[in-house]
Amino acid sequence: MADLRLKDIAKAYGEVEVLSNINLDIKKGELIVFVGPSGCGKSTLLRMIAGLERITGGDLHIDGMRVNDMPPAQRGIAMVFQSYALYPHMTVRENMAFALKLAGKSKQETEQAVNKAADMLQLGPYLDRLPKALSGGQRQRVAIGRSIVRDPKVYLFDEPLSNLDAALRVATRIEIAQLKESMPDSTMIYVTHDQVEAMTLASRIVVLAGGGISQVGTPLELYQKPHNEFVAQFIGSPAMNLLPGEIVETGETTLVRLSDGGQARAAIPTREADKGMQVNLGVRPEDVIVTEGDEFLYRGKVEITEALGELTVLYFEKKGEAPPFLGKLPGVHAQLRGSPVKLRAEPENLHLFHEGTSLLYR
Amino acid sequence: MSPVLQGAATILIGVFGCIGYFYASNIILDRVLFPARGPKAGRNINRANQVRPWLFLFPAIFALGLYLVYPVVGSFYRSLFDRAGDDFIGLGNYIDLINEPTFRTAVFNNFLWILVVPAGSTFFGLAAAQLTDRLRWGNIAKSLIFMPMAISFVGASLIWKFVYANNADIGLINAAREALFGAEPLDVLQIPFWNNFFLMFILIWIQTGFAMVILSAALRGIPEETIEAAIIDGANPFQVFFRIKVPQIMGTIVVVWTTITILVLKVFDIVYTMTGGNFGTQILPSYMMGYMFRDNGRATAVAFVIMVIVLPVMVWNIVQARREQR
Ligand SMILES: Nc1ncnc2c1ncn2[C@@H]1O[C@H](COP(=O)(O)OP(=O)(O)OP(=O)(O)O)[C@@H](O)[C@H]1O
Ligand SMILES: [Mg+2]
Repeated sequence: MADLRLKDIAKAYGEVEVLSNINLDIKKGELIVFVGPSGCGKSTLLRMIAGLERITGGDLHIDGMRVNDMPPAQRGIAMVFQSYALYPHMTVRENMAFALKLAGKSKQETEQAVNKAADMLQLGPYLDRLPKALSGGQRQRVAIGRSIVRDPKVYLFDEPLSNLDAALRVATRIEIAQLKESMPDSTMIYVTHDQVEAMTLASRIVVLAGGGISQVGTPLELYQKPHNEFVAQFIGSPAMNLLPGEIVETGETTLVRLSDGGQARAAIPTREADKGMQVNLGVRPEDVIVTEGDEFLYRGKVEITEALGELTVLYFEKKGEAPPFLGKLPGVHAQLRGSPVKLRAEPENLHLFHEGTSLLYR
Repeated sequence: MSPVLQGAATILIGVFGCIGYFYASNIILDRVLFPARGPKAGRNINRANQVRPWLFLFPAIFALGLYLVYPVVGSFYRSLFDRAGDDFIGLGNYIDLINEPTFRTAVFNNFLWILVVPAGSTFFGLAAAQLTDRLRWGNIAKSLIFMPMAISFVGASLIWKFVYANNADIGLINAAREALFGAEPLDVLQIPFWNNFFLMFILIWIQTGFAMVILSAALRGIPEETIEAAIIDGANPFQVFFRIKVPQIMGTIVVVWTTITILVLKVFDIVYTMTGGNFGTQILPSYMMGYMFRDNGRATAVAFVIMVIVLPVMVWNIVQARREQR
């Protein structure tokens, strides 16, 4: 239940700089999700906040207090690990009570807190079992319960669901969402690989890449107005298509002539001076529309169709080095395989990037 | 024949004998006893496969029977006879033992050894394993602590004879006493009761390395996250060690402890070479050695007493070790 402020946070292992210039303000009650490619430093950043990893540059404030050199236990944080990290020799009850016992809380107080958390997570029947007698989902609930019991200011989750199977992951994700709702004042930071988790849970998403923050914003902001090509392609699945082209008409909206013949009008304002600028036009697979007309942004032969029932993914023939163009159409379209198709998109669904950065954020 | 040739011949006969045995016995099983031919081919294959494990087990069972089971039975039988081995005297040897004060001292001392040595070795081994874990020169320290393991018990006793020597110019202990208090030298191995502990210390010194190596591996096997979770939960280093780490390697600690206990009941060398069992330091193994070749009936009776003491520890050790593997 606290504000967090990360100022110029950096982490280096000897010569190797893993993170640098991390600036982030997290408000009380937010659920912040860190996403990013593997190895970009999500866990490292989370562990620095927890105090398990030394901060090698910058300041970390929790509730206005600088905590860089404060041991983990005094920072008022609790952490849930991917591998659960339950104490294997203690029962569920003892696992949850451990922190309170160490803190010298009375027996009665401890028991109350444990029972309350157990009720919240439906762990009542398992309180006297050892962790090895629990399923993966139950173990993760115990791990969450162990952090709730401590009533921390900040909850930290490092990929808590990635050891669970698909169905359980959805169920536990919803449980975490409900948990957050029942504790509106608690601040949570959540690391994940899973886009759906990020989009559904986050009040704001932090995209980490290349040792720094690529963009911070609400899930829809990131989806609709990505700051750069990396975020544009990272958020959304399958990834956004990028087509090289040149600006030919500027003004309230912008007309782009694409290198392989098509053209498109994007609802993005540009200045007179931008005419002739080399840009990448971004279009999400789910935003393309099949057209018979003369105005199209992409034309190609469908090589593979993946029918998923409610929608069909089209893989177009590769042109040159670039990855193949993808389209996603509602309904079943198996007959499109092997045939030439022309596509267009609504102007407001298009994105323009110059040298990797969106023209919206100049 | 020269010893080298003898050795080579033994190895060749042993290895090819093994190969020949397995090859021939399997052929007999598959071709002669249960051939995979004719109307009963399927049943024969099944039967052959049921018999096959026993073919492989037979040499081991035979050797164990010959060299373990038979000697145990034989020893017990021998312990019922007198010194010359001619006259059957029933439990006479055992009754004599109980009535002999030296034997009672040996039993008492042996229980002291069983209590102190495994506890000391395991404690120091665990401490060494934990303390050297994060050090850059930890591996050097570990090698040094492990080194006594490579010395024979007799060799170690000789080294410690110097340490305990009744002379301030040779003995470390007396040198320290003289330097600190200006005290006259004394023979620590003649101090009643406490001399036992000076002897035990030698075995602890040897066995600490063993305990350290095994426990160090066990400590490394503890998931790092459980330790981090405990740190976040507010545990200080001592609490992490005693409440998170030690309970997680309890099984290994028990195995190390019992293994050393069993060893304690076998080691006669230290007492034999240091005091010869005098000054009230006798223990069962060296007591047994004293009777060996003089009165085999008495010696085998002592051996049996030792076995009876070891057996429960051994069973527990095996049960724990098997639980560890699961
Ligand atoms: N002790 C270390 N010494 C040097 N580099 C390290 C060390 N620990 C981690 N790193 C590097 O720090 C980077 C960030 O690691 P981190 O575990 O935070 O990645 P991550 O974003 O959590 O990845 P994943 O999604 O795979 O969990 C990695 O490139 C890793 O190689
Ligand atoms: Mg990680």
